[in-house]
Amino acid sequence: MTDTKLEIGHELSSGGLTTTGTGSKVTKVLGVAALVAIGLQLLFGLYYSGPEVVQGEAVRLFYVHVPSVLTAYLGFGITLVASIIYLRKGSQFWDLVAGSAAEIAVLFCAFTLFTGAVWGKPTWGVYWQWDPRLTSTTVMFVMYLGYLAVRRLDLEPRVRSRRAAVLGIVSFLNVIIVHYSVDWWRGLHQQATFGVDTKLDGLMLFSFFLGLVAFTVVFAWLLIHRFRVSWLEHQLRLARLDEALVERRAEGTIDGTTGAIS
Amino acid sequence: MIRDAVLIAKKDLRIEFSTRVTLAQILPFGILNLLLYGFALSPDLKVVGAERSVLEQVAPGLFWLAVLFAAIMALGRSFAIEAADGKLDALQMAGIDPAGVFLGKTAAVALQIFLLEVVLGLAAWVMFGPPLGSAMLLVTTVLITTAAIAAAGTLYAAVTAGSRVRDTLAPLLVLPVLTPVLLGATLATDAAFFGPTSDGTPWLLLIAVFTLLFVGVGMMAFGSLLEES
Repeated sequence: MTDTKLEIGHELSSGGLTTTGTGSKVTKVLGVAALVAIGLQLLFGLYYSGPEVVQGEAVRLFYVHVPSVLTAYLGFGITLVASIIYLRKGSQFWDLVAGSAAEIAVLFCAFTLFTGAVWGKPTWGVYWQWDPRLTSTTVMFVMYLGYLAVRRLDLEPRVRSRRAAVLGIVSFLNVIIVHYSVDWWRGLHQQATFGVDTKLDGLMLFSFFLGLVAFTVVFAWLLIHRFRVSWLEHQLRLARLDEALVERRAEGTIDGTTGAIS
Repeated sequence: MIRDAVLIAKKDLRIEFSTRVTLAQILPFGILNLLLYGFALSPDLKVVGAERSVLEQVAPGLFWLAVLFAAIMALGRSFAIEAADGKLDALQMAGIDPAGVFLGKTAAVALQIFLLEVVLGLAAWVMFGPPLGSAMLLVTTVLITTAAIAAAGTLYAAVTAGSRVRDTLAPLLVLPVLTPVLLGATLATDAAFFGPTSDGTPWLLLIAVFTLLFVGVGMMAFGSLLEES
Protein backbone atom coordinates (compact mmCIF):
# COMPACT_ATOMS: atom_id res chain seq x y z
CA MET A 1 0.00 0.00 0.00
CA THR A 2 1.52 3.29 -1.01
CA ASP A 3 0.71 6.44 0.86
CA THR A 4 -0.34 8.52 -2.11
CA LYS A 5 -3.08 6.24 -3.40
CA LEU A 6 -5.37 6.84 -0.47
CA GLU A 7 -8.14 9.30 -1.11
CA ILE A 8 -10.77 9.60 1.56
CA GLY A 9 -13.23 12.29 0.69
CA HIS A 10 -10.91 15.24 0.99
CA GLU A 11 -9.07 17.51 -1.35
CA LEU A 12 -6.21 19.86 -0.89
CA SER A 13 -7.24 23.27 -2.15
CA SER A 14 -5.48 26.60 -1.96
CA GLY A 15 -7.40 27.38 1.21
CA GLY A 16 -5.99 24.29 2.90
CA LEU A 17 -7.75 21.03 3.61
CA THR A 18 -11.45 20.62 2.96
CA THR A 19 -13.04 17.40 3.94
CA THR A 20 -16.41 15.77 3.47
CA GLY A 21 -15.97 13.60 6.55
CA THR A 22 -14.53 10.16 7.04
CA GLY A 23 -17.57 8.17 5.93
CA SER A 24 -17.74 5.98 2.83
CA LYS A 25 -20.07 3.32 1.47
CA VAL A 26 -18.24 0.62 3.38
CA THR A 27 -18.44 2.42 6.69
CA LYS A 28 -22.10 3.25 6.15
CA VAL A 29 -22.90 -0.43 5.62
CA LEU A 30 -20.73 -1.32 8.63
CA GLY A 31 -22.43 1.36 10.71
CA VAL A 32 -25.91 0.07 9.90
CA ALA A 33 -24.77 -3.51 10.53
CA ALA A 34 -23.33 -2.43 13.90
CA LEU A 35 -26.58 -0.75 14.94
CA VAL A 36 -28.61 -3.82 13.93
CA ALA A 37 -26.23 -6.16 15.76
CA ILE A 38 -26.32 -4.01 18.90
CA GLY A 39 -30.12 -3.87 18.75
CA LEU A 40 -30.39 -7.62 18.35
CA GLN A 41 -27.92 -8.21 21.15
CA LEU A 42 -29.84 -5.96 23.52
CA LEU A 43 -33.00 -7.88 22.65
CA PHE A 44 -31.47 -11.32 23.10
CA GLY A 45 -29.10 -10.48 25.92
CA LEU A 46 -31.62 -8.64 28.08
CA TYR A 47 -34.99 -10.03 27.03
CA TYR A 48 -35.12 -13.38 25.21
CA SER A 49 -32.39 -15.22 27.14
CA GLY A 50 -33.07 -16.14 30.74
CA PRO A 51 -31.01 -15.94 33.94
CA GLU A 52 -28.32 -18.56 34.53
CA VAL A 53 -28.39 -21.13 37.36
CA VAL A 54 -25.20 -20.08 39.16
CA GLN A 55 -24.69 -16.49 38.02
CA GLY A 56 -28.33 -15.45 37.89
CA GLU A 57 -29.01 -12.20 36.05
CA ALA A 58 -25.31 -11.29 36.23
CA VAL A 59 -24.64 -13.75 33.41
CA ARG A 60 -25.88 -11.09 30.99
CA LEU A 61 -22.66 -9.14 31.52
CA PHE A 62 -20.83 -12.11 30.05
CA TYR A 63 -22.34 -11.27 26.65
CA VAL A 64 -20.55 -7.91 26.55
CA HIS A 65 -17.59 -8.45 28.89
CA VAL A 66 -15.96 -11.32 27.02
CA PRO A 67 -16.55 -9.97 23.47
CA SER A 68 -15.13 -6.68 24.68
CA VAL A 69 -11.87 -8.17 25.94
CA LEU A 70 -11.54 -10.36 22.83
CA THR A 71 -11.93 -7.26 20.66
CA ALA A 72 -9.28 -5.51 22.72
CA TYR A 73 -6.90 -8.41 22.07
CA LEU A 74 -7.79 -8.21 18.37
CA GLY A 75 -6.86 -4.53 18.40
CA PHE A 76 -3.54 -5.10 20.18
CA GLY A 77 -2.87 -7.93 17.71
CA ILE A 78 -3.45 -5.55 14.80
CA THR A 79 -1.07 -3.08 16.45
CA LEU A 80 1.54 -5.85 16.71
CA VAL A 81 1.25 -6.84 13.04
CA ALA A 82 1.07 -3.24 11.78
CA SER A 83 4.12 -2.33 13.90
CA ILE A 84 6.14 -5.19 12.40
CA ILE A 85 5.16 -4.14 8.86
CA TYR A 86 5.97 -0.50 9.66
CA LEU A 87 9.46 -1.37 10.86
CA ARG A 88 10.04 -3.38 7.67
CA LYS A 89 8.50 -1.01 5.13
CA GLY A 90 8.48 2.36 6.86
CA SER A 91 5.19 3.47 5.30
CA GLN A 92 3.10 5.92 7.28
CA PHE A 93 -0.03 3.90 6.52
CA TRP A 94 0.94 1.04 8.86
CA ASP A 95 2.08 3.36 11.61
CA LEU A 96 -1.34 5.02 11.60
CA VAL A 97 -3.08 1.62 11.52
CA ALA A 98 -1.05 0.53 14.57
CA GLY A 99 -1.90 3.71 16.47
CA SER A 100 -5.60 3.69 15.58
CA ALA A 101 -6.03 0.04 16.50
CA ALA A 102 -4.27 0.51 19.85
CA GLU A 103 -6.39 3.53 20.70
CA ILE A 104 -9.66 1.68 20.12
CA ALA A 105 -8.36 -1.46 21.82
CA VAL A 106 -7.53 0.61 24.92
CA LEU A 107 -11.11 1.88 24.87
CA PHE A 108 -12.47 -1.68 24.74
CA CYS A 109 -10.01 -2.68 27.44
CA ALA A 110 -11.39 0.08 29.69
CA PHE A 111 -14.89 -1.16 28.95
CA THR A 112 -13.78 -4.68 29.88
CA LEU A 113 -12.42 -3.51 33.23
CA PHE A 114 -15.59 -1.54 33.87
CA THR A 115 -17.93 -4.45 33.10
CA GLY A 116 -15.62 -6.70 35.12
CA ALA A 117 -16.03 -4.48 38.16
CA VAL A 118 -19.81 -4.29 37.66
CA TRP A 119 -19.88 -8.07 37.41
CA GLY A 120 -17.63 -8.49 40.42
CA LYS A 121 -20.07 -6.76 42.76
CA PRO A 122 -22.92 -9.32 42.55
CA THR A 123 -20.58 -12.29 41.95
CA TRP A 124 -17.78 -11.69 44.44
CA GLY A 125 -19.39 -9.01 46.58
CA VAL A 126 -16.64 -6.52 45.69
CA TYR A 127 -15.81 -4.41 42.65
CA TRP A 128 -12.17 -5.41 42.66
CA GLN A 129 -10.54 -8.70 43.46
CA TRP A 130 -6.98 -9.83 42.76
CA ASP A 131 -8.31 -12.20 40.18
CA PRO A 132 -5.55 -13.23 37.71
CA ARG A 133 -7.40 -12.11 34.61
CA LEU A 134 -8.64 -8.87 36.10
CA THR A 135 -5.15 -8.06 37.38
CA SER A 136 -3.31 -8.88 34.17
CA THR A 137 -5.89 -7.03 32.08
CA THR A 138 -5.34 -3.96 34.23
CA VAL A 139 -1.57 -4.19 33.75
CA MET A 140 -2.15 -4.57 30.00
CA PHE A 141 -4.40 -1.50 30.05
CA VAL A 142 -1.76 0.64 31.77
CA MET A 143 0.93 -0.71 29.43
CA TYR A 144 -0.98 0.40 26.33
CA LEU A 145 -1.79 3.77 27.89
CA GLY A 146 2.00 4.11 27.95
CA TYR A 147 2.13 3.10 24.29
CA LEU A 148 -0.40 5.79 23.41
CA ALA A 149 1.63 8.33 25.39
CA VAL A 150 4.73 7.40 23.38
CA ARG A 151 2.76 8.11 20.21
CA ARG A 152 2.40 11.67 21.46
CA LEU A 153 6.04 12.19 22.38
CA ASP A 154 7.60 15.51 21.43
CA LEU A 155 10.00 13.96 18.96
CA GLU A 156 10.52 14.04 15.23
CA PRO A 157 7.52 12.12 13.73
CA ARG A 158 9.56 9.35 12.11
CA VAL A 159 11.62 8.78 15.26
CA ARG A 160 8.46 8.64 17.30
CA SER A 161 6.74 6.24 14.91
CA ARG A 162 9.71 3.90 14.98
CA ARG A 163 9.93 3.87 18.75
CA ALA A 164 6.16 3.33 18.99
CA ALA A 165 6.47 0.40 16.59
CA VAL A 166 9.13 -1.27 18.75
CA LEU A 167 6.87 -0.71 21.74
CA GLY A 168 3.85 -2.08 19.87
CA ILE A 169 5.74 -5.34 19.36
CA VAL A 170 7.36 -5.66 22.80
CA SER A 171 4.13 -4.78 24.62
CA PHE A 172 2.32 -7.66 23.01
CA LEU A 173 5.05 -10.13 23.96
CA ASN A 174 4.98 -8.75 27.44
CA VAL A 175 1.22 -9.14 27.76
CA ILE A 176 1.81 -12.88 27.45
CA ILE A 177 4.46 -12.96 30.20
CA VAL A 178 2.41 -10.73 32.51
CA HIS A 179 -0.59 -12.96 31.97
CA TYR A 180 1.30 -16.12 32.94
CA SER A 181 3.09 -14.56 35.90
CA VAL A 182 -0.11 -13.16 37.41
CA ASP A 183 -1.93 -16.42 36.76
CA TRP A 184 0.84 -18.24 38.57
CA TRP A 185 0.97 -15.76 41.40
CA ARG A 186 -2.74 -16.04 42.15
CA GLY A 187 -2.74 -19.75 41.40
CA LEU A 188 -0.87 -20.21 44.66
CA HIS A 189 -3.82 -18.84 46.57
CA GLN A 190 -7.02 -19.48 44.67
CA GLN A 191 -8.48 -20.94 41.53
CA ALA A 192 -11.81 -19.22 41.03
CA THR A 193 -12.36 -17.08 37.98
CA PHE A 194 -15.36 -15.97 36.03
CA GLY A 195 -17.81 -18.56 34.94
CA VAL A 196 -16.11 -21.73 36.17
CA ASP A 197 -19.38 -23.59 36.69
CA THR A 198 -21.39 -21.52 34.29
CA LYS A 199 -23.67 -23.55 32.01
CA LEU A 200 -24.93 -21.71 28.99
CA ASP A 201 -28.03 -22.89 27.13
CA GLY A 202 -28.69 -22.29 23.43
CA LEU A 203 -30.17 -18.80 23.74
CA MET A 204 -27.38 -17.70 26.06
CA LEU A 205 -24.72 -18.93 23.66
CA PHE A 206 -26.54 -17.17 20.84
CA SER A 207 -26.56 -13.91 22.83
CA PHE A 208 -22.85 -14.32 23.41
CA PHE A 209 -22.11 -14.88 19.72
CA LEU A 210 -24.28 -11.90 18.85
CA GLY A 211 -22.05 -9.96 21.23
CA LEU A 212 -18.95 -11.17 19.40
CA VAL A 213 -20.41 -10.07 16.07
CA ALA A 214 -21.62 -6.71 17.40
CA PHE A 215 -18.31 -5.85 19.05
CA THR A 216 -16.26 -6.89 16.04
CA VAL A 217 -18.37 -4.81 13.66
CA VAL A 218 -18.31 -1.79 15.99
CA PHE A 219 -14.55 -2.23 16.29
CA ALA A 220 -14.11 -2.33 12.51
CA TRP A 221 -16.30 0.74 12.08
CA LEU A 222 -14.40 2.70 14.73
CA LEU A 223 -11.03 1.55 13.38
CA ILE A 224 -11.74 2.69 9.83
CA HIS A 225 -12.99 6.08 11.00
CA ARG A 226 -10.15 6.55 13.46
CA PHE A 227 -7.62 5.61 10.83
CA ARG A 228 -9.10 8.09 8.38
CA VAL A 229 -8.99 10.87 10.96
CA SER A 230 -5.30 10.09 11.60
CA TRP A 231 -4.69 10.02 7.88
CA LEU A 232 -6.31 13.45 7.44
CA GLU A 233 -4.25 14.79 10.35
CA HIS A 234 -1.17 13.43 8.65
CA GLN A 235 -2.15 15.08 5.34
CA LEU A 236 -2.82 18.34 7.15
CA ARG A 237 0.65 18.27 8.67
CA LEU A 238 2.17 17.70 5.23
CA ALA A 239 0.01 20.48 3.73
CA ARG A 240 1.12 22.90 6.42
CA LEU A 241 4.68 21.88 5.81
CA ASP A 242 4.25 22.61 2.09
CA GLU A 243 2.67 25.98 2.86
CA ALA A 244 5.47 26.85 5.22
CA LEU A 245 8.01 25.88 2.58
CA VAL A 246 6.32 28.12 -0.01
CA GLU A 247 6.25 30.98 2.47
CA ARG A 248 9.92 30.58 3.35
CA ARG A 249 10.78 30.47 -0.31
CA ALA A 250 8.70 33.60 -0.92
CA GLU A 251 10.68 35.39 1.77
CA GLY A 252 13.79 34.70 -0.25
CA THR A 253 12.51 36.44 -3.39
CA ILE A 254 12.62 40.13 -4.18
CA ASP A 255 8.95 40.74 -5.00
CA GLY A 256 7.65 37.96 -2.81
CA THR A 257 5.30 36.49 -5.44
CA THR A 258 7.23 33.75 -7.18
CA GLY A 259 8.08 30.57 -5.39
CA ALA A 260 11.63 30.48 -6.69
CA ILE A 261 14.59 31.76 -4.75
CA SER A 262 16.23 34.53 -6.70
CA MET B 1 29.88 -5.77 19.31
CA ILE B 2 31.29 -6.99 22.64
CA ARG B 3 34.18 -4.56 22.30
CA ASP B 4 31.69 -1.71 21.71
CA ALA B 5 29.63 -2.86 24.68
CA VAL B 6 32.69 -2.80 26.95
CA LEU B 7 33.57 0.69 25.71
CA ILE B 8 30.08 2.03 26.39
CA ALA B 9 29.88 0.37 29.80
CA LYS B 10 33.27 1.79 30.78
CA LYS B 11 32.22 5.24 29.61
CA ASP B 12 28.98 5.15 31.63
CA LEU B 13 30.72 3.88 34.75
CA ARG B 14 33.45 6.52 34.41
CA ILE B 15 30.75 9.21 34.25
CA GLU B 16 29.13 7.74 37.35
CA PHE B 17 32.49 7.58 39.09
CA SER B 18 33.13 11.26 38.53
CA THR B 19 29.59 12.55 39.16
CA ARG B 20 28.52 10.02 41.88
CA VAL B 21 24.82 10.50 41.11
CA THR B 22 23.89 6.88 41.88
CA LEU B 23 25.93 6.81 45.04
CA ALA B 24 25.06 10.23 46.40
CA GLN B 25 21.44 10.64 45.27
CA ILE B 26 19.82 7.41 44.13
CA LEU B 27 21.11 5.20 46.94
CA PRO B 28 19.91 7.56 49.71
CA PHE B 29 16.57 7.76 47.86
CA GLY B 30 16.31 3.96 48.03
CA ILE B 31 17.05 3.91 51.75
CA LEU B 32 14.52 6.68 52.25
CA ASN B 33 11.99 4.44 50.53
CA LEU B 34 12.62 1.68 53.09
CA LEU B 35 12.17 4.18 55.93
CA LEU B 36 8.88 5.40 54.46
CA TYR B 37 7.59 1.83 54.16
CA GLY B 38 8.39 1.44 57.85
CA PHE B 39 6.33 4.54 58.63
CA ALA B 40 3.43 3.38 56.46
CA LEU B 41 3.37 -0.13 57.94
CA SER B 42 4.12 0.49 61.58
CA PRO B 43 6.77 -1.93 62.92
CA ASP B 44 4.38 -2.85 65.75
CA LEU B 45 1.64 -3.92 63.38
CA LYS B 46 0.97 -7.63 63.79
CA VAL B 47 -1.81 -9.90 62.61
CA VAL B 48 -3.46 -11.51 65.65
CA GLY B 49 -1.85 -14.88 66.30
CA ALA B 50 0.93 -14.30 63.76
CA GLU B 51 4.50 -15.03 64.69
CA ARG B 52 6.07 -12.17 62.73
CA SER B 53 5.22 -8.50 62.39
CA VAL B 54 3.56 -7.41 59.15
CA LEU B 55 6.69 -5.46 58.24
CA GLU B 56 8.89 -8.53 58.62
CA GLN B 57 6.44 -10.63 56.65
CA VAL B 58 6.30 -8.28 53.66
CA ALA B 59 9.98 -7.28 53.82
CA PRO B 60 10.91 -9.12 50.55
CA GLY B 61 8.28 -7.22 48.57
CA LEU B 62 9.21 -3.89 50.15
CA PHE B 63 12.88 -4.46 49.38
CA TRP B 64 12.12 -5.09 45.70
CA LEU B 65 9.85 -2.05 45.53
CA ALA B 66 12.66 0.12 46.85
CA VAL B 67 15.03 -1.46 44.30
CA LEU B 68 12.57 -0.84 41.45
CA PHE B 69 12.09 2.82 42.29
CA ALA B 70 15.82 3.37 42.69
CA ALA B 71 16.47 1.46 39.45
CA ILE B 72 14.00 3.68 37.59
CA MET B 73 16.10 6.67 38.60
CA ALA B 74 19.35 4.95 37.62
CA LEU B 75 17.84 4.10 34.22
CA GLY B 76 16.69 7.66 33.68
CA ARG B 77 20.19 8.82 34.52
CA SER B 78 21.66 6.30 32.08
CA PHE B 79 19.92 8.05 29.18
CA ALA B 80 20.03 11.58 30.57
CA ILE B 81 23.79 11.49 30.06
CA GLU B 82 23.25 10.72 26.35
CA ALA B 83 20.45 13.20 25.71
CA ALA B 84 22.43 16.42 25.50
CA ASP B 85 24.39 17.55 22.45
CA GLY B 86 23.03 14.80 20.16
CA LYS B 87 25.27 12.18 21.72
CA LEU B 88 23.11 9.34 20.43
CA ASP B 89 23.80 10.60 16.92
CA ALA B 90 27.47 10.83 17.74
CA LEU B 91 27.48 7.19 18.89
CA GLN B 92 25.92 6.16 15.58
CA MET B 93 28.36 8.21 13.55
CA ALA B 94 31.26 6.73 15.47
CA GLY B 95 30.19 3.42 13.95
CA ILE B 96 29.35 1.79 17.26
CA ASP B 97 27.07 -1.22 16.93
CA PRO B 98 23.59 -0.42 18.36
CA ALA B 99 23.46 -3.87 19.92
CA GLY B 100 26.76 -3.02 21.59
CA VAL B 101 25.32 0.24 22.91
CA PHE B 102 22.38 -1.69 24.32
CA LEU B 103 24.54 -4.33 25.98
CA GLY B 104 27.01 -1.74 27.30
CA LYS B 105 24.37 0.49 28.83
CA THR B 106 22.57 -2.56 30.22
CA ALA B 107 25.79 -3.82 31.81
CA ALA B 108 26.69 -0.45 33.33
CA VAL B 109 23.22 0.06 34.75
CA ALA B 110 23.12 -3.57 35.97
CA LEU B 111 26.30 -3.04 37.95
CA GLN B 112 24.82 0.07 39.57
CA ILE B 113 21.54 -1.67 40.33
CA PHE B 114 23.47 -4.57 41.83
CA LEU B 115 25.32 -2.23 44.18
CA LEU B 116 22.02 -0.59 45.10
CA GLU B 117 20.59 -4.02 45.86
CA VAL B 118 23.48 -4.99 48.10
CA VAL B 119 23.22 -1.87 50.24
CA LEU B 120 19.41 -1.71 50.21
CA GLY B 121 19.28 -5.43 51.00
CA LEU B 122 21.49 -5.02 54.02
CA ALA B 123 19.47 -1.99 55.13
CA ALA B 124 16.16 -3.83 54.69
CA TRP B 125 17.51 -6.84 56.57
CA VAL B 126 18.66 -4.67 59.46
CA MET B 127 15.49 -2.57 59.52
CA PHE B 128 12.83 -5.23 58.93
CA GLY B 129 14.83 -8.19 60.22
CA PRO B 130 13.53 -11.46 58.72
CA PRO B 131 15.82 -14.48 59.39
CA LEU B 132 17.62 -15.67 56.26
CA GLY B 133 16.85 -19.21 55.10
CA SER B 134 18.70 -19.92 51.83
CA ALA B 135 21.55 -17.54 50.96
CA MET B 136 22.09 -19.41 47.69
CA LEU B 137 18.55 -18.75 46.47
CA LEU B 138 18.76 -15.13 47.57
CA VAL B 139 22.00 -14.46 45.69
CA THR B 140 20.70 -16.16 42.51
CA THR B 141 17.46 -14.20 42.69
CA VAL B 142 19.31 -10.91 43.09
CA LEU B 143 21.64 -11.64 40.15
CA ILE B 144 18.93 -12.75 37.70
CA THR B 145 16.56 -9.95 38.71
CA THR B 146 19.32 -7.38 38.25
CA ALA B 147 19.82 -8.52 34.67
CA ALA B 148 16.06 -8.46 34.05
CA ILE B 149 15.55 -4.91 35.35
CA ALA B 150 18.62 -3.62 33.53
CA ALA B 151 17.74 -5.18 30.16
CA ALA B 152 14.04 -4.30 30.05
CA GLY B 153 14.71 -0.92 31.67
CA THR B 154 17.39 0.05 29.16
CA LEU B 155 15.13 -0.87 26.25
CA TYR B 156 12.23 1.17 27.61
CA ALA B 157 14.37 4.10 28.73
CA ALA B 158 15.63 4.38 25.13
CA VAL B 159 12.03 4.75 23.91
CA THR B 160 11.60 8.01 25.81
CA ALA B 161 15.19 9.28 25.42
CA GLY B 162 15.47 12.86 24.22
CA SER B 163 11.89 13.78 25.02
CA ARG B 164 10.91 16.58 27.39
CA VAL B 165 8.36 14.37 29.13
CA ARG B 166 10.84 11.54 29.72
CA ASP B 167 10.84 11.86 33.52
CA THR B 168 7.11 11.32 33.81
CA LEU B 169 6.64 8.83 31.01
CA ALA B 170 9.54 6.44 31.64
CA PRO B 171 8.19 5.07 34.97
CA LEU B 172 4.72 4.63 33.42
CA LEU B 173 6.29 2.51 30.67
CA VAL B 174 8.78 0.48 32.68
CA LEU B 175 6.86 -0.38 35.84
CA PRO B 176 3.98 -2.35 34.26
CA VAL B 177 6.47 -4.22 32.12
CA LEU B 178 8.42 -5.22 35.21
CA THR B 179 5.29 -6.65 36.89
CA PRO B 180 6.38 -10.27 36.33
CA VAL B 181 9.86 -9.45 37.65
CA LEU B 182 8.52 -7.81 40.80
CA LEU B 183 6.18 -10.74 41.44
CA GLY B 184 8.84 -13.34 40.75
CA ALA B 185 11.63 -11.65 42.70
CA THR B 186 9.35 -11.03 45.68
CA LEU B 187 8.15 -14.62 45.85
CA ALA B 188 11.63 -16.08 45.26
CA THR B 189 13.05 -13.83 47.99
CA ASP B 190 10.16 -14.78 50.23
CA ALA B 191 11.11 -18.42 49.65
CA ALA B 192 14.76 -17.65 50.38
CA PHE B 193 13.80 -16.18 53.76
CA PHE B 194 10.82 -18.17 54.91
CA GLY B 195 11.17 -21.30 52.74
CA PRO B 196 10.54 -23.73 51.21
CA THR B 197 13.40 -23.03 48.80
CA SER B 198 11.85 -25.07 45.98
CA ASP B 199 9.05 -22.47 45.71
CA GLY B 200 11.57 -20.00 44.35
CA THR B 201 12.91 -22.04 41.43
CA PRO B 202 10.00 -21.62 38.95
CA TRP B 203 10.05 -17.88 39.52
CA LEU B 204 13.77 -17.72 38.80
CA LEU B 205 13.10 -19.53 35.53
CA LEU B 206 10.37 -17.04 34.65
CA ILE B 207 12.66 -14.07 35.31
CA ALA B 208 15.43 -15.76 33.31
CA VAL B 209 13.10 -16.19 30.31
CA PHE B 210 12.03 -12.57 30.69
CA THR B 211 15.67 -11.47 30.71
CA LEU B 212 16.57 -13.50 27.63
CA LEU B 213 13.57 -12.10 25.77
CA PHE B 214 14.47 -8.51 26.56
CA VAL B 215 18.18 -8.94 25.85
CA GLY B 216 17.24 -10.45 22.48
CA VAL B 217 14.68 -7.80 21.57
CA GLY B 218 16.95 -5.04 22.86
CA MET B 219 19.87 -6.16 20.70
CA MET B 220 17.65 -6.37 17.63
CA ALA B 221 15.60 -3.23 18.16
CA PHE B 222 18.15 -0.78 19.56
CA GLY B 223 19.19 0.36 16.10
CA SER B 224 15.59 1.42 15.33
CA LEU B 225 15.31 3.18 18.69
CA LEU B 226 18.54 5.13 18.38
CA GLU B 227 18.13 6.46 14.84
CA GLU B 228 17.41 10.16 15.12
CA SER B 229 15.68 10.79 11.81
